Amino acid sequence: MTSIADPISGTQLADAKDASGAVVAAPAITMQATSERELRLDLFRGLALWLIFIDHLPTNILTWLTIRNYGFSDATEIFIFISGYTAAFVYGRAMLQAGFVVATARILRRVWQIYVAHVFLFTIFLAEISYVATRFENPLYSEEMGIMDFLKQPDVTIVQALLLRFRPVNMDVLPLYIVLMLFLPLILWLMKWRTDVTLALSAGLYVLTWHFDLHLTAYPNGVWAFNPFAWQLLFVFGAWCALGGARRMSRILASPVTLWICIAYLFAAFLVTLSWYLPQLGHIVPRRIEQWMYPINKTDLDVLRFAHFLALAAITVRVLPKDWPGLKSPWLRPLILCGQHSLEIFCLGVFLAFAGHFILAEVSGSAGMHFLVSVTGIVIMCAMAWVISWYKHSADKGASRYKSAGGNADLAGGAV
Amino acid sequence: MKSGLWTVLGATLLAGYLAAAPARAGDAEQICDVPANLLSTESSLTRVAEAVRSGQPLNVLVVGSRSSTIPSFEASAYPAKLQAALKESLPSTTVNLSVEVQGAKTTEDMAAGLVKLVEAKKPTLVIWQTGTVDAIRSIDPDDFRNAIDAGITALQQAGTDVVLVNLQYSPRTESMISGSPYLDNMRVSAQEHDVPLFDRFAIMRHWNDAGDFDLFSAAHGVELAKRVHACLGRALSKFVIDAAHLGPAQQN
Repeated sequence: MTSIADPISGTQLADAKDASGAVVAAPAITMQATSERELRLDLFRGLALWLIFIDHLPTNILTWLTIRNYGFSDATEIFIFISGYTAAFVYGRAMLQAGFVVATARILRRVWQIYVAHVFLFTIFLAEISYVATRFENPLYSEEMGIMDFLKQPDVTIVQALLLRFRPVNMDVLPLYIVLMLFLPLILWLMKWRTDVTLALSAGLYVLTWHFDLHLTAYPNGVWAFNPFAWQLLFVFGAWCALGGARRMSRILASPVTLWICIAYLFAAFLVTLSWYLPQLGHIVPRRIEQWMYPINKTDLDVLRFAHFLALAAITVRVLPKDWPGLKSPWLRPLILCGQHSLEIFCLGVFLAFAGHFILAEVSGSAGMHFLVSVTGIVIMCAMAWVISWYKHSADKGASRYKSAGGNADLAGGAV
Repeated sequence: MKSGLWTVLGATLLAGYLAAAPARAGDAEQICDVPANLLSTESSLTRVAEAVRSGQPLNVLVVGSRSSTIPSFEASAYPAKLQAALKESLPSTTVNLSVEVQGAKTTEDMAAGLVKLVEAKKPTLVIWQTGTVDAIRSIDPDDFRNAIDAGITALQQAGTDVVLVNLQYSPRTESMISGSPYLDNMRVSAQEHDVPLFDRFAIMRHWNDAGDFDLFSAAHGVELAKRVHACLGRALSKFVIDAAHLGPAQQN
């Protein structure tokens, strides 16, 4: 199976590629018989998890290593794309082998797990915010403390949280993932019929979203921070790649033209991003382009962000071949392990970010402490991934053998 | 009864003044440099410049939410410090300043009332601090943007200069309030309307990172707030004078 990215083509962005899609004429799902893990997926999902964790902490030295400082897209794009890819890979196979009903049942079980994880994180958030609300009395921030007001009506807030309408900061990814997974049976069913048509429909929904401003409302007001109507494009695109799209695009990906377009775009994005941090460089971005470009909308997955992700992915696939020996190196093992247990590690990361904030606030907010909190968090994530993997391979050996007959979510790298 | 009230009030004011004196002495020692790029702007304040050059009084109106004041220490909040700093830098200009604190009002609510305020106070310059309430209530960023645009347009049509002031850097609530969509939209709006944006967020974050202030601390006293506001007022004064291109010549 080729992989992660074939991008740059295959999307409505690049019409030229539509032609190439048409030539191949929508075959039904082509599933690789091999169940060999695609380690690059695990690697980059692990990386995305680390970056999401770091981005959730207050700014510190490590923040400068995260990709959002060097371009438009960030770890969320990687995460959602790979999630679409692996989910389609795992449950697409289940749908072929066991049928629509069984695959749907499995997907729903996964949705339930993610929902429970989300509620668990919300409980931890409640604990943190209640604690801070009662201890923190800095007159400088008396206004910001207004955020605690929701504690005054838990009857409404907690119900809204269970309905996924009230989401504290940093807790937006799982609700998005829940909604996307809920629609996975439909997506897979359509893909089984016509892969390319499904992708086209998804792109169509994306365009309609922008045109008619489709959104889900949140509580107490506002909208979902990640609009599922828009972000589904990345998820479906991931699924499309997993179900043969990637292979079909390999020629486009190998072309030097694609490479140079990607490099040029990434460089331009880098310059623009640089101008945010160094206002002296403000003049390098022409005013007219600025007016056209801003704001770069994360909620609705701005086209610029999507294209940035595609360019990054295209270059990554090229630079890092599937059989790159480094993937087996012990140095990358922690990243890959984290990527293989993504739901657990994602939740742990959100929890650790809460805990990190707490330590920074209660103990010390020095730069050294920031660094220590970040590094410790990552070490804990890796250790936890290792423990989970130990459970799977050693402690629960009997169970895992039994399960492996039916393609469980972790087979191709976990399904979150 | 009435005279008793006045005595109490007078005593309070006196006490406040005495309390403020040592704080002011401490201010000078307080290191809170702001990197030049955080105080530079391409937009200019022409009406402020005109008023100062022609020797007319400079009327400043600060409209903001609760972070534009320190509850029960208004005289130590940044608007008062701004006035003092402006007076010091522009000794030949009369600087009048009034503050309109509208707690718990979103940008949309505030924008609706701006024209009336301007008609009543006839300011040369409106300093509009906003965004925090919107972030707390997670107002739709698009609505927020429209409200900011509407407010700036109304102010410009009413014939005043405008300076936008964005959110405070508040590390303690960072895991609860997501400020970035509001910061981004304010930046874009300011750029589009050619209005200077005083980047309070970046400045405070710089102070925190540089170790000038520990904004993480759960300080129970009012001292930290006073010191931060004093620094903000001074930085804002410098920002206004720079944006009005008032060289040393006018400042005399």
